This record gives sequence, structure tokens and C-alpha cells, in this order.
Amino acid sequence: MHDPQKDDLKLVVKGVTRTFSAGRRQLEALAPLDLTVGQGEFVSLIGPSGCGKSTLFNIVAGVDTPTTGAVAIEGDWQGERAGKVGYMPQQPLLLPWRTAEENVMLGLDVRRVPQKEARQQAHELLKRFGLLEFADSYPATLSGGMRQRIALLRTILFNASFLLLDEPFGALDALTRITLQMWLLDLLESFHSSVLFITHDVREAILLSDRIYVLSARPASVLRIVDVDLPRPRRQQMLAEARAVELEQELILLLMKEQPL
Amino acid sequence: MSLKRLAGYGPAVVLTVAIFLLWELVVRANLVNSHLLPAPIAIMQALVDNWDVLSVHTLQTSLETVLGLAIATVFGLGLAILLDLSPWIRKSVYPLLITSQTIPMVALAPLLVIWFGLDLTPKIIVVTLYCFFPIAVACADGLASTDPELMKLLHSMRASRWQTLWLVRLPGALPSFFSGLRIAATYSVTGAIVGEYVAAEQGLGLYMKTSASSNAIVLVFAAIVVTALLSLFLFGLVSLIEYIALPWQQRFGQKR
Repeated sequence: MHDPQKDDLKLVVKGVTRTFSAGRRQLEALAPLDLTVGQGEFVSLIGPSGCGKSTLFNIVAGVDTPTTGAVAIEGDWQGERAGKVGYMPQQPLLLPWRTAEENVMLGLDVRRVPQKEARQQAHELLKRFGLLEFADSYPATLSGGMRQRIALLRTILFNASFLLLDEPFGALDALTRITLQMWLLDLLESFHSSVLFITHDVREAILLSDRIYVLSARPASVLRIVDVDLPRPRRQQMLAEARAVELEQELILLLMKEQPL
Repeated sequence: MSLKRLAGYGPAVVLTVAIFLLWELVVRANLVNSHLLPAPIAIMQALVDNWDVLSVHTLQTSLETVLGLAIATVFGLGLAILLDLSPWIRKSVYPLLITSQTIPMVALAPLLVIWFGLDLTPKIIVVTLYCFFPIAVACADGLASTDPELMKLLHSMRASRWQTLWLVRLPGALPSFFSGLRIAATYSVTGAIVGEYVAAEQGLGLYMKTSASSNAIVLVFAAIVVTALLSLFLFGLVSLIEYIALPWQQRFGQKR
């Protein structure tokens, strides 16, 4: 799945570091970090809060540049990365003056797709994933879970092939979270998306991922890479299987060592 | 507008009525000279009796106000976008902008009359000078307060600077813009009257001046009432436009 044929990989992060300078102080957010995401692969990053995961995301999304090291999307080490990823930040960041449907089509507006066509694509996506009745609602009237779904569809419509999801379900209650996890798996199935996913939730990482990178406290480096060999399609009940429970314990132990007191 | 919203104006109405009632009583009880301070009913009577003359002046003042406010809106909005373009422009223009507000309008207005004559132009300039500042400042602040995370999202979509402005920042600044516009609308009538007070052939300012100099205090008050109503009307009009233009904000009482 992740062999050295690196040009086939969706994402290669090689020796990336990022140092922020605040006045005279130097803050190292990322220690040299290596990471890959294969075509159609779901890779999660877990690690203690503030370890630099979001910094890594900004770099991959092309919003930030690494201090040293390099990043390649689909084997392209040189080109601009912005525009090649579907980036979803922690908050849904829906535009309050746009309806759900208009929010979903934002990325197409940026790409200068004609209005009519953009609207039609957004409409079809909402229909396909059972959100058509909310198409004309403003974000203020939607529940947290619903806003997150709309934000996900916005991300997918902009770029379905490679998604960067930064703790998309972090702020949701447990039940909504499970519903959305299943919804996401369904969504990815139909788009064959490659995903890089940040989460704090070990069970979430196990349920969704093919591979999990466990990161250290800041500056982030890779502590361990774990393959999740649960069969697909995944179901919530699989978390109760012996293999999953074992993995969960292993990951929690590893993370607890990194957690600052 | 819902009944609940209307009911929200209740306390203000009660207070206003109470003040006028007290005023009326004070004058009727001869506690003050009714010539120096006419009672509310007498003022309304004078307003109705002189409406044929007053209406001509009102129309003139309204015209100057609306034109000035419109120019100030375009100018203020443009200035806000300009200030937003680069920190350097902001740093160099902002102090000038603030200084412009320290110029006493009563000193400037006569000069404008000398430069531009007695017609509309100097009044429109005064109104514009009064109004562009709150619009520009509110709008610039609105633009500056765009969520940095949102900027990051647009950046990741490789949106151009203008796309970011057009798709996200300007619409996001609209509530601030309307706050500024509401303040400007209340200033605007005053601006026109200051302009007319200096020199004019028509307008409420001129009417007040001539009434005062001929000691017709009740007519000054009548003109003040018209001015107040005109300002309130403009304020209401801006609020109405905001209500129609920003349905997402009003309907859910969402203030950002």
C-alpha cells in the first residue's frame, strides 16, 4: 500500500520542519517529519494538543511554506500546492450570508465555474447525500452536525481527490460524531478520495484510517506508524473487535507518554 | 416587521410622549414665556400652517442630503477598500482622514460658498464631508476583522486577492458598513443645514436662520421638527435597506 514507488503517492512529505520566530525566540513547531499518503488511502495524524499538526496541514495545503524539507502532491515537488487539496479547517467557516447550497459551491466560484453550472453541481451533491431539504437554509439555522456536513461537501466539491480534514468532528456530541463518521466513510467510498485526517480521538482514528501516524509533543516528529487492518467497509461495531481494542490500548498508552501534565 | 419588534419601541414612545406632555404643561402653566419656548401643540400648528413654504425648503434640503449621502457612500466604500489594499496606504492615509474630521465645518462652509457659489455644490460637499468618515471607518474595520481562518481557507483554494475581497471580505463587512451608513444618515441632514445656514437661496437651514432673525421662534422649532423627522426617516430607510439586503442577519438576529 505504501511502497517506495513514490510517484504513485498522493502526498509525500520529506524532512519538513517549520520554525516560527517570535521576536528573539525561535519556536520549533515541526521536527524533521516524513509522511506519505497513498492513492485512495485514509491516513490519520494523532498527537497531543498543540504538537504542530495544524502547522503541517497549513504547509500541505500551500497556505504556509516549510522552513526546510519538501512536499510533493502527486509527485510534483515544485508546483504551487494551493488549489490542489480540499482543505477543511476545524471550524466549518460557512459564510453566513450564503445558503447551504451557495456555501457548497464556494470553491467553484473561486474556480470561476459559471454560476448555473456551479449551482447545479452543488445541488446534485446535496441531493446525493441527503441534504437537499437544507439547500436553501442559512447556516445560522443549521445544527452543528449539519454545518459540518455542508462544510465537508464544500471541501469535496472543490477537490474530491485529496482531502485535508482538520478535526472535523471535534466539536460534535458523541452520537452526531458517530453518524458523521459513517457519513464520511460513505462519502469517501464514492469519490475514492485520499485523506489526511487530524484527530484527538483514538477510536475515530481506528475506525476511519488505513494508517495512523502517532506524533510526539512539539516539535512534532513521528513516534510510530500503525497499520489498521480492519476490513472495509468499516462499521461502528468493529471497534469492539479484539484487534481494534488492542490497537486502541496501544495508541492510548503511547499518547499518554507524550501528554504534558 | 413583527409585532414583537414594534412592541420594542414602546418604552421610547412612552418617554417621548411624557416629555412633550410635560413641556406642554410647563408652557401652559406660564412657567416660561410661550413666545421664547413655544408649546409642542403650537409648534405643530405652525408647522401645518406654514407647510406650503416649509415643504419647498424641505425638498431642497432633502435633495442636498440624499445626493451628499450617496456620494459619501461611494467615496467611503472606495476609501475603505483603498485603505485595505496595503498597510502602507493605511498608515499614510488614516491620519489624514482623522485630521479631516477636526476641521470645523462652520469655518469651511463659507469658503466652499466662495469657491463654488450659492447653488447645490457647496452643500453637497459639506454633507459628503460629514458622512464619508463614519462609512469609511466602519467599512475598513469590517474588512479588517475578516476571520484569518477564512482567509486561510480561501488561500488554500488559490483565490485571488480580488476574489477573496469580493466573495468573503466585502459581504462580511456589510453589517459594519450599514452601521456606519446609519450613523452617516443621521449626520447628513445636519450637514446640509450647516451648509445652508452659511449661505443659501433655499433650504431648512436658511428658513431657520431667517425665522430666528425675525424672532419667529415657533417657526424655528417647526423647522427643527421637520429636520428631526427627515433624519429619522433616513435612518429608517437605511435600516430597511439593510433588512432587505442582509436577510441572513436580520432574520435570525445574528450579530457578528
